Amino acid sequence: MALTTYVEAIRQGIWEEMEKDESVFVLGEDVGIYGGAFKVTAGMLERFGEWRVIDTPISESGIVGAAIGAALMGMRPVAEMQFADFISCAFDQITNFAAKSRYRWGAGVPIVVRGPSGGGVHGGPFHSQNPEMYFVHTPGLKVVCPSTAYDAKGLIKAAIRDPDPVIYFEHKFLYRRVKEELPSDDFVVPIGKAAIRRKGSDMSVITYGAMVYVALDAAKELEKQGIDLEVIDLRSLLPFDKEAVLESVKKTNKVILLHEDTQIGGFAGELAAIISEEAFEYLDGPIRRITAPNTPVPYSPPLEEFFLPKVSDVVRVARELYAY
Amino acid sequence: MAETKVIMPQMGESIFEGTITKWLKKKGERIERDEPLFEISTDKIDTEIPSPASGVVQDILVKEGQTVQINTVVAVIGDGSGKPAAKETPREEQKQAPKEVKGPAPVAGPTEETKKEETAARTEQAPPQTVPQGAPQSPPQKEAASDEDIRSSPLVRRIAKENNVDLSALSGKGTGIDGRITKSDILSYIEQSGKKETASPAPPSKPSTAPAAPPMKFTGDVERVQLTAMRKAISEHMVMSRRTSAHVTTFFEVDCSRILKTKEKLQPDFEQSGVRLTVTPFFVQAAANALKRFPIVNSSLDGDTIVYKRAINIGIAVSLEWGLIVPIIKNADEKNLLGLSKILNDLGERARNKKLTPEDVKDGTFTITNPGQYGGLIGTPIINQPQVAIMGMGGIKKRAVVIDDAIAIRPIILLSLSFDHRVIDGAVADQFMADIQKQLENWPTS
Repeated sequence: MALTTYVEAIRQGIWEEMEKDESVFVLGEDVGIYGGAFKVTAGMLERFGEWRVIDTPISESGIVGAAIGAALMGMRPVAEMQFADFISCAFDQITNFAAKSRYRWGAGVPIVVRGPSGGGVHGGPFHSQNPEMYFVHTPGLKVVCPSTAYDAKGLIKAAIRDPDPVIYFEHKFLYRRVKEELPSDDFVVPIGKAAIRRKGSDMSVITYGAMVYVALDAAKELEKQGIDLEVIDLRSLLPFDKEAVLESVKKTNKVILLHEDTQIGGFAGELAAIISEEAFEYLDGPIRRITAPNTPVPYSPPLEEFFLPKVSDVVRVARELYAY
Repeated sequence: MAETKVIMPQMGESIFEGTITKWLKKKGERIERDEPLFEISTDKIDTEIPSPASGVVQDILVKEGQTVQINTVVAVIGDGSGKPAAKETPREEQKQAPKEVKGPAPVAGPTEETKKEETAARTEQAPPQTVPQGAPQSPPQKEAASDEDIRSSPLVRRIAKENNVDLSALSGKGTGIDGRITKSDILSYIEQSGKKETASPAPPSKPSTAPAAPPMKFTGDVERVQLTAMRKAISEHMVMSRRTSAHVTTFFEVDCSRILKTKEKLQPDFEQSGVRLTVTPFFVQAAANALKRFPIVNSSLDGDTIVYKRAINIGIAVSLEWGLIVPIIKNADEKNLLGLSKILNDLGERARNKKLTPEDVKDGTFTITNPGQYGGLIGTPIINQPQVAIMGMGGIKKRAVVIDDAIAIRPIILLSLSFDHRVIDGAVADQFMADIQKQLENWPTS
């Protein structure tokens, strides 16, 4: 059977939901005639028409504001940010309006705001960021970061069906590099559930997004050296699967927290706090973080390569922790 | 000029702390580089520590009698400019260090910066180094501190608690970084001694080696004396050795006629070159030769691996008024009687004058002890870990022995060999001793 890429999986997910539910529609910059900057919405204009596939002006605040209004009127909009970096332009709409609407007056806002995030493609400081933590910090939102084609499809469908705002961060490095055979049935991946990508006994690597592959490659390398990594893919950051994290840490007793986002205020810090609060007596070594440094994402390819966490970083830290 | 921090040196590989017995300079006094600054007593040796720099003793941070971890800053040598340098004293620094670590400052990158983070993690993990500085010191704290000095992890401490294991039993046996007790260390310890430990109804809260809590209370008048560092080390080492090795002792009788004759013959020559000849070098030489032929007796057991040592370094137990020390004759198999005698004279003298260096007590591979000095028949010595055998020499005494159905008078010594039955079988131990016996009884007298 044919392999489906990560980007195609997202397209399929949205497509299937649009087929199933008339209230689902997409809006964003160049999503219609052009089919989206990364072709996530390719062919949708032809299939669903201009009422359900709406090209908008270059205004993220306007896109999300319109989506919120439509959601309040009973629709299920899927708003595309051409690059996740520009979601900051819609920050107020998302954090002050969408996130608090249910709390303040009981009106759920079932929108999905999705877009390509992440580095590794020499996109420079404005097209490579990982802005997830601005939203993880905002009660009322859900934040997901799929790493596989299966999850990309299952999570976009779950996000569209969710009664509250979901911020869906795609990783552009994975768009066409990750592919797999997908089941033909109508499946969803529940928001808030982690996946064990590799079972192991010596230490846990908790990660998400493109770093899942860095962790798995490092695990292969470390296996040769007799170090057995467990790799947990969080898939959702808000809510996140605390039970899965704690269970893994309690099993292996050592933990590396890995993400592409910068370190200060990154998800690793949050995880570290929870692990030391709730699994302190299971730790046989310090909690270690591997993240990007606290700088903008560099343009220069060698600098970007240095900036992003690498397999060799995981191998080095794992060896140190193993010896601890 | 910058200040120089004086640290507690590591006086041997398995040494983790040392006691400052005496400050030879006072605060404010001038000192030259390499001039003795203080005296220490560690598990293994007592010695003077020279100043690492010339200057003025700006600060003394550890009191006499206090025991601190190695690498702890014990004093600061300044340039004598009178600059108080309050901000820069180690006290201040140590207090601030953990804060810096947690602050928002470190720009953590994947290479350089992560290293910082790593040392940070370590700093946080290693309170013992900072504690003795900032915390007010009082001698009684020593007991409690020795417990804290054992490095483990939250997990290890929980497992220890759940299994009633006293972590001090694993002291010095950790396989983690800096001897930290790891998960696998404690799990295998519990597995080995598990049943015994969990079955004991009331596990002692004090280390089993600690003599502080006698099994039965004596109600009369007593005098309580704190153990010296050396006595404490001996006490811990002896119990640890008993617990580690499967001790078996074998005994041999050796006719010393020929070696005594040889000794008598050589004595004048030796005396001329200022060397006192005793019987000990004969036994050292015989043992060295036998060790070459039975390398297992010169080995160690490391987990499930036997470690054969290529060098034959024989330790000689020297009893002192204040304890006992085992200086080492390095490469004993390469020395003749004169060489061995010279070394023995020198080591013995320096042991009694507290002039031994860490080198002198390091890397022994076999030990000879002398329980017969005061007329004792023979003893059953305890192995000096991580070695696997120790030979005891009784006193030489004329005895009636039967030779070719006739009774003769011969100078006889009893030798004992305590060996670790985990790696040495009785047959091998006896062959080893028979080898020594044969050499001594057939010593060339010419």
